[in-house]
Amino acid sequence: MERTETTPTYSSHTVSLLVENKPGVLHRIAGLFSRRGYNIASLTVGPTERPEYSRMTIVVRLSSKTVEQVVRQVQKLIPVVEVRELSPVDLIERELLLVKIRTPERNHAELRALAETYEAKIVDVSPDALVIEASGNSGKLDALEDRLAQYGIQELCRSGRIALERGFKTLAPPNLK
Amino acid sequence: MAKEKMTGAKAVVRALEAEGVEWVFGMPGGAILPIYDALYDSKKVKHVLVRHEQTGAHAAEGLAHATGKVGVCFGTSGPGATNLVTGIADAYMDSVPMVAITGNVSSALIGSDAFQEADITGITMPITKHNWLVTDVRDLPRILKEAFYIARTGRPGPVLVDIPKDVQNAELEFEYPDRVDIPGYHPPVREEPRLKDAAALIRGSSRPVIYLGGGVRTSGAYEEVAKFAELVGAPVVTTVHGKGSFPETHPRCLGMFGMHGSKFANYTVQESDLIIALGARFDDRVTGKLSTFAPEAKIVHLDVDPAEISKLVTATVPLVGDLKLLLPQLTEETRNAFQTSGRADIAPWWVKVNAWREKHPLRFTAQGEEHIMPQHVIQRIWEKTQGKAFVTTGVGKHQMFAAQYWKTSEPRHFITSGGLGTMGFCLPAAIGVQLARPDALVIGIDGDGSFQMTLQDLGTAVDLNLNIKIFILNNLFLGMVHQWQNLFYDNRLAATPLSDRPDFVKLAEAYGCLGLRARKPSELEDVLDRALAHEGGPVIVDIRTRQDEHVYPMVPAGAPLNDMIEGN
Repeated sequence: MERTETTPTYSSHTVSLLVENKPGVLHRIAGLFSRRGYNIASLTVGPTERPEYSRMTIVVRLSSKTVEQVVRQVQKLIPVVEVRELSPVDLIERELLLVKIRTPERNHAELRALAETYEAKIVDVSPDALVIEASGNSGKLDALEDRLAQYGIQELCRSGRIALERGFKTLAPPNLK
Repeated sequence: MAKEKMTGAKAVVRALEAEGVEWVFGMPGGAILPIYDALYDSKKVKHVLVRHEQTGAHAAEGLAHATGKVGVCFGTSGPGATNLVTGIADAYMDSVPMVAITGNVSSALIGSDAFQEADITGITMPITKHNWLVTDVRDLPRILKEAFYIARTGRPGPVLVDIPKDVQNAELEFEYPDRVDIPGYHPPVREEPRLKDAAALIRGSSRPVIYLGGGVRTSGAYEEVAKFAELVGAPVVTTVHGKGSFPETHPRCLGMFGMHGSKFANYTVQESDLIIALGARFDDRVTGKLSTFAPEAKIVHLDVDPAEISKLVTATVPLVGDLKLLLPQLTEETRNAFQTSGRADIAPWWVKVNAWREKHPLRFTAQGEEHIMPQHVIQRIWEKTQGKAFVTTGVGKHQMFAAQYWKTSEPRHFITSGGLGTMGFCLPAAIGVQLARPDALVIGIDGDGSFQMTLQDLGTAVDLNLNIKIFILNNLFLGMVHQWQNLFYDNRLAATPLSDRPDFVKLAEAYGCLGLRARKPSELEDVLDRALAHEGGPVIVDIRTRQDEHVYPMVPAGAPLNDMIEGN
């Protein structure tokens, strides 16, 4: 007889952290993910409305149960002031994409039109290349990437996800100075 | 407190004094010299010179285990700091409060691969609750205050403070803070404890078992556990760190369960319908194969660390908090539930448990005239001392024999390396325990392999004139590995036979302490008596035990908990 544990299904989760803005904090967090075997799909870190704290957004592909574990383990790190998985329903997520397409000038008009459809901008033009900038949620950027593939992507980088929840809720605990 | 101008080094010593630290274990070196120089003047903090920093860390652990206080160890930069690593990792796994203080090369040299430079904060990040590299001397008082606070509160653990030499020499206006403010330390408890749900499960359970881990010791919740166990009336099983938190001589205590637990304890856990886990973490050494662990049991899991809840075994009812505060509430809630709604009959369960206990007791082949049996040695020492001693162990067969046969009835009296399984723990831990408890009888149960990992610190024990008694159950093997080779690797004894070197009696004499040896059963009693009666320093007893006497029962790694190999 076996213990009845549900079979895990893996999906993408957005974990948001408010951390002290001090040296070594990224190392502590990344180290915890690596030693406990949690794969990071993307990680962003940047300043917040309070200079002494930074905000990190980490995207993981894990089972919901494992994500709970991740949150609890991360919460134990001293420089982590707050950590939560953001609800996918209330999530505003954005990512930035820069992509360089190597293509002859005759295709530029077509690409301009395509970019417009995705609310993307052409930020650099040379005779045989274009650089397109787009932002949005990951799904939209994936779709744009797919469409651009046929033109020959020379180089591409994505910023990783940043996210906030809708409404008045914030990540910072009320007692935070 | 008025501010006072002093160096960083002096501030470290003042902080130790303010924290009530009596003993510090360490070894000086270039990068920590200013702190040692400042320590030289302290009338409150005494320093123990160890021969290897690992010993310092384990001795600090021993002291912390025996008292619940924070153990403190020092190391210089580079190798001094890296030698502490094993002890720090050990403390991390076993939730032992420890502050490790290391010197580092001067700030200007950090990152330049300077002589004896090591990134010890980087190295110890995964094995500390937190660590600090002090870059500004003005931060020192705050950091040291936080270090002690973090080490001893919540789920305790080791922290490390790395102080560059120039920071030790720099001056500050010293004032030791009386409180800490760490925004990220107190995780808010998000849910009200589901005490009613837990009580309902206990009320409805007809086959309950109480599982005690090291958290009971940490919390000091012995009376609270006794009251709860009294009310529920369920069998009590423990981990190796739960030993002593509930008297093992109590009729309802089944002792240790797990890989080398008794059959009856393992059967009880495995066939239970409710496991009430108190301060425990479902380690693989106690659960056996996880997917087959106690298949019918619901789980009430009470622990101070929310990250332990449902980490390995999903809790039916999680209760996060300090046992000492939360358990009395659970006891009351359960009492109410019993009174208002009655409870399931657990008498048939006890009939079953007692039948297992009678049919499958812990046993070993009686000692004949040829071989000394290791279990017999432990039983005899127990009988001669009435079990009234602190026991420290190394890691290996002797450790499991001790866990099985040393019936521990006093909290914090069975001190061992559980999570990390660090050979060499016994002697250093005994040093720490004896210093913290100068009037107590301190007994080390060690193995020949384990003892040799830290034996250089016999010198330390002799210097301190400690009456520790180390019994080496000597089978001339790395015994536990030998057992695995014997059982699972066709008895191919790759690298496990140890030569009959050194001569432990001569070694003891070389260090200026008493060495005794028993080769045959006929020599045993006299040697034990002489060792126990000896005063005026350590005694090392070399006891030649039967070589192929394995630890049984045994749940092979990855096997279900009730699938045990039996001995002869």
